This record gives sequence, structure tokens and C-alpha cells, in this order.
Amino acid sequence: MGASLGRHHFGSEGRLAVRLLDILKLRLRALLFRSRVESELDEEIRYHLERDMEEHVARGLDPREARLAALRGLRDVEQRREECRDARGWSFTENAAKDVRFALRQLRRDKEFAATAVLMLALGIASSTAIFAFVDAALLQPLPYRDPLRLVGVYERLEPQCRWCNLSWPDYLDWKRLNNTLEDLELYQRSGWRMSAAGGAVAVRGARVSAGFFSLLGVQPSFGRLFQSGEDQPKAPRTALLSYSAWRTHFGGRADILGQTVILDQLPYVVIGVLPASFHFAPVGAAELWVPFQAQSECDLRRGCHSSYGLGRLKPGVSVEAALANFAAIAAQLERQYPDTNRDQGANVRLLSEAIVGQIRPILLVLLAGATLLLLIAFTDVTGLLLVRAEWRQREMAVRAALGASTGRLMAQLGTEAAVLVSAATLLGIAGAHLLMRTLPALLPEDLLSKLPFLAQLHWSPRLALFVAAIAISAALLFAVAPNLLRWRPQIVASLAEGSRGSAGTAWRRLGAKLVVTEIATAAVLLIGAGLLSQSLHNLLRVHLGLRPDNLVTLEVAAPATTYSTGAKALTLTRDLLDRATSLPGVQSAGLAANGSPLTHNGNTTWIRVLGRPWHGEHIDVPERDVTPGYFSTLGAKLLQGRFFSDTDDSSHPKVAIINLAFARRHFPGQNPIGQLIGQPSADPAPVQVVGVVDDIRQGPLDEEIPPFLYKPLLQSPDTYISLVARTDQDPGALLPALSTQIRSLDPEIITMRGATMQRQIGASESAFLRRLTAYLAAGFALLALLLAVVGLYGVIAYSVSQRTREIGVRMALGATATGVYAMIFRQAAWLAALGIAAGLAAGAGAARFLRSLLFGVTPWDPVTLGAIAVLLAAAAAMACFIPARRAATVNPVEALRSE
Amino acid sequence: MSKPTDLVQGTLALLILKVIALEPAHGWAIAQRIRQISGDVLQVGTGALYPALHRLEQNGWIRAEWAVSDNNRRARYYALTAAGRKALQRESSEWERLSAAITLVVRAV
Repeated sequence: MGASLGRHHFGSEGRLAVRLLDILKLRLRALLFRSRVESELDEEIRYHLERDMEEHVARGLDPREARLAALRGLRDVEQRREECRDARGWSFTENAAKDVRFALRQLRRDKEFAATAVLMLALGIASSTAIFAFVDAALLQPLPYRDPLRLVGVYERLEPQCRWCNLSWPDYLDWKRLNNTLEDLELYQRSGWRMSAAGGAVAVRGARVSAGFFSLLGVQPSFGRLFQSGEDQPKAPRTALLSYSAWRTHFGGRADILGQTVILDQLPYVVIGVLPASFHFAPVGAAELWVPFQAQSECDLRRGCHSSYGLGRLKPGVSVEAALANFAAIAAQLERQYPDTNRDQGANVRLLSEAIVGQIRPILLVLLAGATLLLLIAFTDVTGLLLVRAEWRQREMAVRAALGASTGRLMAQLGTEAAVLVSAATLLGIAGAHLLMRTLPALLPEDLLSKLPFLAQLHWSPRLALFVAAIAISAALLFAVAPNLLRWRPQIVASLAEGSRGSAGTAWRRLGAKLVVTEIATAAVLLIGAGLLSQSLHNLLRVHLGLRPDNLVTLEVAAPATTYSTGAKALTLTRDLLDRATSLPGVQSAGLAANGSPLTHNGNTTWIRVLGRPWHGEHIDVPERDVTPGYFSTLGAKLLQGRFFSDTDDSSHPKVAIINLAFARRHFPGQNPIGQLIGQPSADPAPVQVVGVVDDIRQGPLDEEIPPFLYKPLLQSPDTYISLVARTDQDPGALLPALSTQIRSLDPEIITMRGATMQRQIGASESAFLRRLTAYLAAGFALLALLLAVVGLYGVIAYSVSQRTREIGVRMALGATATGVYAMIFRQAAWLAALGIAAGLAAGAGAARFLRSLLFGVTPWDPVTLGAIAVLLAAAAAMACFIPARRAATVNPVEALRSE
Repeated sequence: MSKPTDLVQGTLALLILKVIALEPAHGWAIAQRIRQISGDVLQVGTGALYPALHRLEQNGWIRAEWAVSDNNRRARYYALTAAGRKALQRESSEWERLSAAITLVVRAV
């Protein structure tokens, strides 16, 4: 080395590298060519033996004696070999295999312990992994679009009632033209059509989009082409894109679909392409058909008719906040420019991912927290079990240490046992998680799955594997270290001394007690969460509805607008539909409404002002529903003042309206609303007279306050998209098919959709469903946690009783009664349980504040829930220590004293 | 229990390094030479020698290879590496320091 100057310069470093390489080679050789290294060692020692022999012979010893002498010198050849192996560091692999075999043997000997520990851990791993799979799919995986982190949803904002509100086409055009923060701004509108088919019309769902929508998302068609710029203009030929599933179900997957014509609401559209099977766009749900926007209806062209949403792509480096400021400024400018329509219309921008998963994020995080707590309890329980076991084995360990096992070897052995336990639990946990990932999505309602299809296809992502690995490794480390901690403390000699288990027992009692308090507290936190959530669900399902939900069905009806185009024809349709529905046996009464069924208000609002008051151009935005005379009585709604609509409230009579209680309170406080005039906030107010006040009816979500609501007679403005409500005198669900057939017999071009009983609608409504899912899963976690905590408490008390058998025997010999022994054991358990419950209640009430968005009608520190959980835990604790206490009380003093 | 060596911990390594610094040798020869040089005072047992040799090899201080021995049989010869040479220097000066210190104490008392 060092032949040239340059190399010489780096000589020392080079040598170091060479040396390290040599060492590595040696170790590798020792590992990989074990038998060869071993035989070399043999040969080396044999050589030594022979030379020793030769020398002895040379000194005049008999060959046989020389051999014996040499062998004496080489005392215990095996021992030497072992030491050489240790020096080489290859004992590691060999010992590891031995340790695994030993650990398996140990665990087999103690089957109950092994099974309990593995099951508890597997339970924790399976549940947390399955929940994490949801979190991963919904919150961590990027959306399946090009550069998804720059995609934003763009909305109008109307404080306070509508923060993420629809956008009108004329506003969209201005926003697209005026903004300087987005690369591109496109538009989409959820839509639905009656599609003409062989056996009459069918309902198809879909969306109208601006031409650049798909290229903004970066989606390529499965085949065919996407919309081209200009195709969203009113004069352009009508084209349509099919979703992959619509192509398979409605068109049998036929290859010649391109260029075919589909008839939607009696207008022809040419199919130009089929989207890939993997494509979905959550904000419009399971869309089957996509058509260009082609603004031409009255609503499309009116600046005040808000019907769509914006989808934008941020310019590189532009933040959501910057875009928001940009659009707020544009909205303010438009507000000055078009005061009639744009008054109070702000703008709002958020990440598309936020729009899609924002609602389920808190739920998933709550569930993940629950699963983590459960895992924590499982960890604690198993740690406790291992400690108890280490305690029992104190003497075994001491004996082995005395026989020459090094501390390292003993630690390695305990570590191996932990690794074997954790491996078994992890495998079982993975299997369990896999099963849960398959079954849990089936519990989600179809509606949610159609919006978030990725929740239906949970799969093992690398992140998920990493999650499991992290749990397994931390578990293995914890379980390897915990018993060793205990091992270091008591002296080996002390452990060997006869009957000295008492001192070590105290050590465990102290540590075990801490673990159990932690467990009970954790279980309390989970129980509080579950309790509050079920309380919320309970409250939600008993919320004021303003209608009688039993024996009530709803059904949506869409008739071709072209057939029933004139007011007179639509009026006939309205009357015919009512006749058909009420003439069906089993139907007591029926009512019709435009703008959606109860609980599913579609957001149609109208602008009004109260006439006869000073007015400066402001408007009041209220949801409106047009209903037939029998609507309120069919729902079972209560009339508070005035009258319901009558058959004479038609176009030949003065315009009238009914308001709900919230409306009367908000706009006519301390006044009689009957006879008041309401009109449009424009120069021509077209006055409408209030004729009645009806009790608040729940037309929107269960968990929101019922807003002021305006009802008008359907007979004064008939519609072709109608929601029917019918009260039945028999099982409402069984009546639905007949009702549907009855209505379609009027005209096969009429379609019916979303038939459901009111009870089902309440149960399946999003607010109820999300709370139910959370409450059920949280309750599941809480029950498991309770079970594990009880097992933990039982373990500590039972162990303590077994350690104190002699002491109890002495006490009884000295006159303690069985009752006294019971009391003593229960006192010990009660103290632990009380500590755990107190800590748990405090932590739970604190943690429940994070649940606030999911709570309904209950405070995070609800005393009833907290009290009930304290009682439940106390009862569970009492149960847990009953068996050990009885065993203690029935100790036979003579035997107890003889046993040690 | 008799641990690998009766010698002061670490001195066996020094002796081995010193012996093979002159020329590569096999295990038996190393033991012999230590005995001879020390005038039969230091007797290195196999139980101490071979583990020590293997440890030194692991440390990268010595290198082993099979060669034909003086009596025409295959034996494992140990030779010093560059790192070993440095270690030898370090260890010997350390030993000098230590033994001088011990001598001082022993004489003084």
C-alpha cells in the first residue's frame, strides 16, 4: 500500500475499510459456511493434540499415556469449542434456533398463559389494523387523480346557513375568467335522467360537467374520447360518456357502443366514450352517465339559480388560502356588479380531499383512537401476564444463572419467548384483520360506499404492513424488556433461598397494581366514549320529527317533462298520481311534494321578503317545498294556527303559503303571522298570503336545527319531479312495490325511485348512520376493553391471593373469619378499581371533548353516562375478584401452613 | 470456575501478538514459544489460547491461513495484520506503563 502519493494520502482510511471488509467477510463465512468453519476448528485442535502427543512420546511416554496426557491438557474439548464459537460470534444463530425451540417448549408447557396472551394481542392487532386500513384508504391514500394535492372544490358561500354552497353558471364563467390563482376551473352538477329503454324508462344517475372536467382530473377514457372544448356550448351536438359499470349493465358491454344514441329525458345523446372501471368522483356519487353542461335551461342561465359546484386546480405554489382570498375578492366584485342576485354571496375554496373525506375523518380518527386504546390494554395485560410468569420463574432463572448462563443468554431467552408470542399473535392478528377488512365494509350503507368506493376495497398497502410491523416490533421489545426489568432487581441468591418468594411478590404486586389501574382507566375512557356516542344516537333517533314515522312510505316519481310540459297537463298528472296512490288498497292517505322527501331536503331555497316592512334590497333565503292539500295530514304534522291547503288553492285562486313554527318565530315574533304577505325581493314582489302555521317538520338532517321553512300549494305550480308520501294501514315496506307498479301503470315513461319507509329513512340517514357505526364499533371496543381489564384485575388479585396463602392461613389460624378475609381481598381490589375508575373518568371526560362533533344532545361530561360507567366498572371489578376472594376465604389454615 | 486465563486480562493477547510479530506461527507453536521464552513460567492452555486467537482474528488484528507445518502437516498459521501491528505497539507501551507502575508500588511498600 502507499505506492503512489495519492493512495498514500488516503492510506489509513483505506486500511480501515479493508479491515472492516475483512471482518465482515469472516463473520459472513462463519455464518454461511458453518460446517466448514467448524471442521477447520476441529482440525486445528486435532493438530494441537497430535503435537502435544508427539512431544510426550518424545519425552519417553507410552503412546497411550501420551494421548491421555494430551487429552488432559485439552480438558473438555467441547467447552473450548464453545468458547471459540463465542469468540467468533457465530453462536448467535445457533443459540437463536435453540432459544426458539426452548421458548416453544416453555409456552407449550404453559398453554393457558400462551393462549391468553396470544389471543389478547391478536385481538388488539386485528382491530387496530382493520381500522387503520380504513384510515389508510380514506385519509392517507392520495385521491386517484393527477396531482391530487392541487385539486380544490370551489363554492359559493352564504353565511351562516350554507358554507359549501352551489355555484350558478354565469357566476362560474366570471370566476373562471377573473381568477389568477387556478390553472383551470371546471364545473359539475349532480344530475339524473329518465333513460328510455325497451321495457319503459329507467332512472339513471349522472352529472353534467364543463368540457375540461376530465382532463382537469387527468382521467383517460377506457376507450373512445373525452369531451372536447366547445362541446359544453348550448349549440354543440349532445354527447355522453358512460361509466364502465353503466356500459356493462345497461349496454351489456357491447363493443360497438361508440356512436350509439341514448335517449335521456327524451333527448338523444351520442355515446363518445367509456370511462375506466377505476374512475369515481365522490362528490357526485355513483354516476352512470356524464354529459357536457350545455347551459340552456332557465335555471342554467339565471345568475341567481345556484345548481353546480366548481372543481379547480391550483397553480403550482399557490395555497388554498391564496385562492380563497382571490375568489372572495371576485365574489365581492360580482356582488357590487349584480346586487340583485349576488347580494351576500361569498366564495369558498377547500382541498378536494377535504370535501370528500372531511365528514368521515373525525369518525375514523375516533375509531382509530378506540382501537389504539384497546391495543394498549392488550399490551398492558400481556405485560402483566409476562411479569407474573417471570416472577414464577425467578427461581428457575436463578438456578440457570448459577449454573453458568450469562445474563446475555438469559435475556436472549426471555426475548425469544416474547418474539415467539408476538409472532404468533401477529399472524393471528393479520388473519383477523384480513377478515374484518372483508366484512366491515359490508356494514357501510350503499350510499356512503357509492360516494367513497375505495372503502369497499380495503387492501394491504405497504403502509398497512408497516403499521402491523411497528406494532409487532414494539410489542416484542416491550415484552422482551419487561420481564428482564424484574429479573435485574431481586438478588439471585435471595431467589434461591427457600420460601423467599414473598419479597419478589411485593415487587410484582406494586408493578401489577399500576398496570391494572392503567387498564381500568383505559377501559373507562373507551366506555365513556361508547356511552356518550350511544346516548347521542339514542337522542338523535328520538329527535323532534314533526311527523309520525310509523306506517309512512316515501317514493320519488319522475315524469317526462316534455309530455307534461304545460301547466294544465302537469296539474292533471298531479291529480292522477294522487288518485292512483289513494286507490291502492292499504293506503289511507297520500300527499305529494316537489323538492324532495322529508329528511332529504335537496337544498332548493327561495328568496323572499316580508311585505309591508322597510326594504333595502336584502333577501331572506328559505327552503321551500310545494305540497298538495293532503301532505301535512298524511305526514301527521300538527297545524298550529290558520289552515292547511285545500283543493281550491290552485292557479285560479290567490297565491297562499304555510310557514313552519321556526319561520313564524324568526320573522313574525310577537305578531300574528296569518294574513301577512310574503313576496319576492324584487320590484315585482308577487305577494303570497300566509294562511297557516304548521309545527316544525324535519325536512333535513336529524342533527341540525330545523330552519324556517316555506310551504306553497303544489296545485299552484305543478311539477314533474315529485315526492310522494303515503300513510298505510299495513306493513309499509310490503306496500312499496305495489305502489310503484300502480303509479307506473299511469304511463310507462314515468319512473319511480328511492322507495323507502320513513322508519328506514330515519335509521339510514347519514347523521344517524354515522353515529350508529361509531357507537357500535366504540361499544365493541369498550366491551373488549372491559373484558381485558377484568381479566387483568382478576390476574393481579388471584396472584396476590396465591402469594399470600400462608399469610391468610396464619390470619385464619389466629381467628380471622371468612368474612374478614373476603373483606380484606375486596378492599385491595376496591382500592385499585377506585383509582382506575377515578383516573378513567377524568381522562374520559377530557378526551370526550374531541368527540364533540359527533355528540348530539349530550355533554362530554354527562353525569348520567359517567355515573353509569363508574357503577358498571365497579360491578365488573367486584366480579373479577369474587373468585380469588372465595378461594382466599376457603383456605384451610393447616394446609396453608404446611404447604411452604 | 477457571476463566480463560490466569494471566492478567488482556496480556495473553499481547503475548500472542508479540510472538507472531517475529514470524507467522500456528497455535501449538505459539503456546510452545511463550512457554520457552518465559522460561516455563507462562503456560498457555488450549482453553485460553484458541478462543483468544479467534477473538484476535475477529478483531482483525491477526490473519489466519492454512499452510504446511515443519512436520509436513497442514496447520493454521496466524500472522499479524497492519492493525495488529499497531495494536501490538499500543498494548506493549500500555504494558510497560502498567508494569512499571506496579513495580513502583511493590518496591515502595
